[in-house]
Amino acid sequence: MARIRLSGERIRGELVRKIEELSGQNLLACNQCGKCSAGCPAAAVMDLLPNQVIRYAQFGLEEVLAANSIWVCAACQTCYARCPHGVDLPRVMEALRVIALEQQGDRLRPQELDPQKVAELPQLAVVGGFRKFTMMGG
Amino acid sequence: MAIPYYPGCTLSTRGRGYDASGRAVAKALGLELQELQDWNCCGATFPLSMDNLLAMAGPARVLAGARAQGERVATLCAICYNVLKRTNHFLQGDAEKRERINHFIEAQYAGDLRVQHFLEVLRDELGFQALRQRVEEAREATGRSLEGLKVAPYYGCLLLRPQKELQLDDAEDPHILEDLLQALGCQPVDFSHRVECCGSYLLVTSAELAADMSFGVLQSAARSAADLLVTACPLCQYNLDYRQAEMARQHPGFQPLPVLYFTQLMGLALGLDATDWGWELHHVDPRPVLTEHGYGQVFGVRRSEFGGGPQRTPNSEP
Ligand code: SF4
Ligand code: SF4
Repeated sequence: MARIRLSGERIRGELVRKIEELSGQNLLACNQCGKCSAGCPAAAVMDLLPNQVIRYAQFGLEEVLAANSIWVCAACQTCYARCPHGVDLPRVMEALRVIALEQQGDRLRPQELDPQKVAELPQLAVVGGFRKFTMMGG
Repeated sequence: MAIPYYPGCTLSTRGRGYDASGRAVAKALGLELQELQDWNCCGATFPLSMDNLLAMAGPARVLAGARAQGERVATLCAICYNVLKRTNHFLQGDAEKRERINHFIEAQYAGDLRVQHFLEVLRDELGFQALRQRVEEAREATGRSLEGLKVAPYYGCLLLRPQKELQLDDAEDPHILEDLLQALGCQPVDFSHRVECCGSYLLVTSAELAADMSFGVLQSAARSAADLLVTACPLCQYNLDYRQAEMARQHPGFQPLPVLYFTQLMGLALGLDATDWGWELHHVDPRPVLTEHGYGQVFGVRRSEFGGGPQRTPNSEP
């Protein structure tokens, strides 16, 4: 397991500030109970569980931006519905996506989609996909 | 009673069977769905980052337009409902940002529109008791009924969550679909995944994960011995329906489950002409389970138009 270094600078740093601003959430409201991860339908394939995503975010650890978790989160709102502290984790996930998209570029390119598949898909899947996986954002 | 109605993009295309059956059902119940004039796409996702006002311009324009035409708007699509209602909630709670968005879309929307899902109209205005009455009448007239049909009421995510903003039903233990199904004479089955996610738009980027999530929902419904499943969302319908042929290949013993819009089932229970309700867009043919109830002939669709698959098994991949 990779060693993680914590520091006061990072905790008070730019990443934490940006996540809190974009998500509108107080990250320290989370006490790591794990309930979000217990009910998350995508947790099985996440390399950081939802509660770990929050933990990394609390400590300002850049590594969270490399986790697949933010891309396999379906914004299903289950974690938010169940969090005993009212942490809106889907908004934290969105904030991380926005930051990651800025740094890493779009995750979905129109020219890479199979036109036949696009014709078959419900429109809102395509529109929603572009909203979530490109800097067009939303 | 005419109800201002926002169809949304998907109900005008891939989900047109939902739109057609919804309009037919409403009309039969004396609740005409009157399509809004000059509407645009709602954006299909409610923007979750606090600074993303631009993504709210689309839904805000829909709300402003609807307010100019009336005092409320109803949707069938669960996602449009979620986006419009959350946007409305946001605009109501933040006058300053509302003004910025108004300025951008050149409107003067004050946040005073009521956004409803058609299910709420049925529950709160028509009433399920009155619906039951109409179903009884149809049964006497046609000699057919859905009595004993075991139906899995699938809610998914966006019809219910976040509860604080939507307030349609309890997010963890809803019963509006169960109540509706009972009024139709069906037997709603309880199943563990009724408020779990189908995979949503992950379909576009992580199709395998979305399929796994949908498979979990279908398995759960199957364990409760459901004959079919109903949904209020065109994306859930697609996710749950389109991969069943492949699921059957991958998982021996998998029993295909037809996935209908609740309005299609309502229309059958009300004895309406179901010919033109987009059946060709369904992969799993629902007729085998409905034939036992006398509805096998009412679709007006040839078997091949479901994709030519065998009865009670899903059709081939698109
Ligand atoms: S459920 Fe809430 S408090 Fe518990 S770990 Fe998740 S975000 Fe933190
Ligand atoms: S919103 Fe994302 S993190 Fe939360 S339960 Fe759903 S998929 Fe998991």
